[in-house]
Order: sequence, then C-alpha cells, then structure tokens
Amino acid sequence: MLNGLWKLTWVETKVFLREPMGVIGTLGIPVVIFVIGGRLLGTNPAGAAAVGEAAPLNMAILASLIIAVGAVLSLVSIISIYREGGILKRLRATPLSPLTILGAHVLVKLLFTVAGMGLLVLAGRRFFPGAMQVNLFSFTAALLLSTLSILSLGFVLASIVPTARFAQPLGAAVLYPMLSVSGLFVPLEQLPAAVRFVAHGLPMTHAVALMQGIWDGSGWSAHWANAAALVVIFGVCSGLATRVFRWE
Amino acid sequence: MTAPVIEVANLRKRYGSTVAVDDVSLEVHPGEIFGLIGPNGAGKTTTMECIQGLRKPDHGTISVLGLDPQRDATALRQRIGVQHQEAHLQKRIKVWEAVDLWSALYSRVVDPDALLTRLGLESKRNAWFMTLSGGQKQRLFIALALIHEPEVVFLDELTTGLDPQARRAIWTLIADIRARGTTVFLTTHLMEEAERLCDRVAIIEHGRVIEMGTPADLVRTHCPEQSVIYTSDGSTHTLRGEGDDFVTNVINDIARSGVRVRGFRTESPTLEDVFLKLTGHGIRD
Repeated sequence: MLNGLWKLTWVETKVFLREPMGVIGTLGIPVVIFVIGGRLLGTNPAGAAAVGEAAPLNMAILASLIIAVGAVLSLVSIISIYREGGILKRLRATPLSPLTILGAHVLVKLLFTVAGMGLLVLAGRRFFPGAMQVNLFSFTAALLLSTLSILSLGFVLASIVPTARFAQPLGAAVLYPMLSVSGLFVPLEQLPAAVRFVAHGLPMTHAVALMQGIWDGSGWSAHWANAAALVVIFGVCSGLATRVFRWE
Repeated sequence: MTAPVIEVANLRKRYGSTVAVDDVSLEVHPGEIFGLIGPNGAGKTTTMECIQGLRKPDHGTISVLGLDPQRDATALRQRIGVQHQEAHLQKRIKVWEAVDLWSALYSRVVDPDALLTRLGLESKRNAWFMTLSGGQKQRLFIALALIHEPEVVFLDELTTGLDPQARRAIWTLIADIRARGTTVFLTTHLMEEAERLCDRVAIIEHGRVIEMGTPADLVRTHCPEQSVIYTSDGSTHTLRGEGDDFVTNVINDIARSGVRVRGFRTESPTLEDVFLKLTGHGIRD
C-alpha cells in the first residue's frame, strides 16, 4: 500500500497548504521569533547575549523547537478534527492500514519541519551572516529525530483529548511547560531536583541537549544518550498510542 | 435461491453497560436493496458497522460474501463499499482529489470521471469538500463507495438532513446502483424512503429485529385495513374494510345505489402504520 501512503501524504500536504493560518503558524512564526529574538539578543542568534545569570539563549535552537512544537500542536488538532468529523473512520473502512493513515500525517509534519528549518537557514543567512556556523545536515537530522519523538507524544495526547476544541489548549498546556524546563532557558543544573528529574523524562529536554551539542560542535557521539532517549520515548509513546488511540 | 450475500445470526454488541444490539439475525440476498429501519438509537448503525468489520461483535456470527468481517477484513474491504452517517472529508480536499485518492487504494477501479458524471458531480471536480451542498457531499460519498465496483454497498442514513429534491435524486441513484447488479444494504429512519426503495426491510427496535419482509407483505399482514372515502350529496363518507375485493365491492355498491359521487379516493396503510402498530409509537427524528 505504498502507493496509498504517498497519495495520502500528498493530499494531506496540499490540504494543509490551503489553510493560510496553519501555514503561517507553522512556517512563519518560528522565523519571526528567530529574527526578532536574535535582533533583541544581539546580532549573533547563537547566543551572544545572556538571559540574566543563565547561559546564553540560542535563538536558532528555540526557533527550531518552536517548529517542532508547531508540528505537534498541528498534528494533535488535525487528528482530533478528523476523528470528530468521521474522516478517520471513513479512511479506516478502506484497504489502507491504520499505520498508513497515521503515518501520512507524520510524513507531512516532518516535511514541514524540514521546510521550516530551510526558512530558518535562509533567514539566518540574510539577517545574521556568519553566525550560523553549524553542520546543517546534522542539525536538521537532530531536529527531525526530536520532532518525531515529540510527535509520538502528540499521538498519545490526540488519543486522550475528548473533543477537537480541547486539542490545541491541551497540546499547548503540555508542550510549552516542557519547553520551559528543557534546559534551553535555564540550565538543568539550576532547576530544583524534582523538576530536573521530570525534565529528564521529557523528549524536549533531550532534544535541547542534542541540538545544543550539535550546535557547539560536540556532535552525535557526545550526545548519543540524548539521541537514544529520544528513540526510547518514541518507542514508548508509539506503543502507548497504538493501545489508547481512538478512531472515532 | 442463491446463497445470501450477508448472513447475520444472533448478533450482540454492547458498549460498557449499554446494549446497542441485543439480538439481530438477518439475511440479505444478492441484487436486492435491503433496509434496516428503526428509530435513532435502535442499533442500526452498530449492526451495519459490525457487518462491515469496523466493530467486533460480542456474540453471534456474521458472514459477508462468504468472508468473516473480522478475520478477512482486508479481503472484504476490496469487495464492499461504505458510506457512513454524518461523515466528512478534509474540508479543503477537492472532489477529484478524493476520488483519485480512493482510486489508488483499490486493486480494481472504475473510471473516476465517468463515475463523477454519473453522479452529477462533473462540474464540481475542482471544488473543495467544504463548499459542497449536503446533497453533493452525499453523492461524493456514494462515488467513493462505488469507485472499486463493490459487490455490496452499505449506505447509512444517506438522505438524512437533505431537502426533498436532493433526497429524490439520491433515491434514483440507489435504484440505479441496484440495477447494475450491486446489492445494497441501507439504514434509514424514513419509512417513505424504505417503502420506495427497499425490496425487503427489517424493523429494528431496542437492538432487536422485530419484523422482516417486503414492505407490501408487512403492510398486508399487520395493517390490512383499507379506507374508501367518497363525497356525495355534499357529505363525506368513509368506509373501512379488508381483503382484495374490498374496494371493488364498494365501487359496485355505490354504482348500484345510484348516488352521484363527486369525490372518491382510497387510503392504504403504509410502512409507517406498520411501524406504529408494532412498536406502539411513531418513528422519532
């Protein structure tokens, strides 16, 4: 059914592009945050300025994570709308496998994550020339792994959210606090022990560590534990989602 | 008679403590339009979705085209077409994209353009789903149900919420589907629709099939009484009776009596009357 997967992915991509607000939200806002935030913090988005006593805030990483969060919020919302409208149920009555139906949405989100990353790079070259000294291939791979891991958590959220109206608020209520304790704004060592313990179980924390590592050049080998944690979280959440996912 | 297309025996399905389907047994024969009729909440949709393999029955056996809907789900989906109650598609999917996507999912498909033309949707090829009228949406769902030339097509409350013209257009399409040899299994709570379309119906209430047969047979069995209403000398007379000769006899009597008749009509009971009689209440919308 590979043909079905490509067709569905392509259709969902086109459908997504036809909704201006969704496209602006997932592609435009991260770039705006990146450029404005980078300007406010200095000409170097990679963290020339410090936030209070803490470590420099890397606007490029923040913007990348907002791309990931946007992808997940959008997925939770789309899945719950499709469930409410009977679209999931209708697709399930076709020969498409359940995995293909949901996999197409994952592919679309990863596609837009890469597109968002591309826009970020273009903006970086335009507004902060010389500041983006990073292996973009490696950085994008880390972002994709992070997005995939957080998307699997998104499927768990999409499974438990009662109605489509609650999808966005619930997703935001889970994802933004995750971002606040991820170590991006305040280093993990400065967080209370209990918060730090929770943070280590969240995908966002490992995403931040991995992407910071790749940004400062220490690479995958120095952060294999973070990468592995993202894979484990992906496995656990996907497994959980297959058990609790509701098609209608 | 050839083997039934659908056989359901002692189907039972509950959700938590709610019994949706208590005891349903029925047979659908090749090439007929079979209607499962009853009020909302009677168990029509659950029964249909168990037959489609979308729900797992708690008890009972189901066979569709000789296949087990649970065990042989993949094989069955290539051979049946479905339309769900109150279904939607992606708001911004175009009509042709939906048909094109569905075409890619089946091993054997009809010409999508010819199908859209047949369903009167050719001018809407490039329209977004959200811009279609209720009748156009339902016709698109019929198209998606027919794209792979299924042997059986399931239609759940297809005309609910449509205006009379759109409803009649859909009835013509359903009759056309049957004329091409496809078996149709439909649910409706509209008795007029069932009477017009269905070769046979099963009346379901509280999860049980309480009666099954052709609409005409059901009327003859349960509501045999006919009325003749005629006007003469400025007053209206109503006569009630049963039997094949009743109306003829009345006509002969009137003719013999020599009165001048200014108006004459007969009233026959309908499926709705049968339903009222069997359940003690009318169908609820």
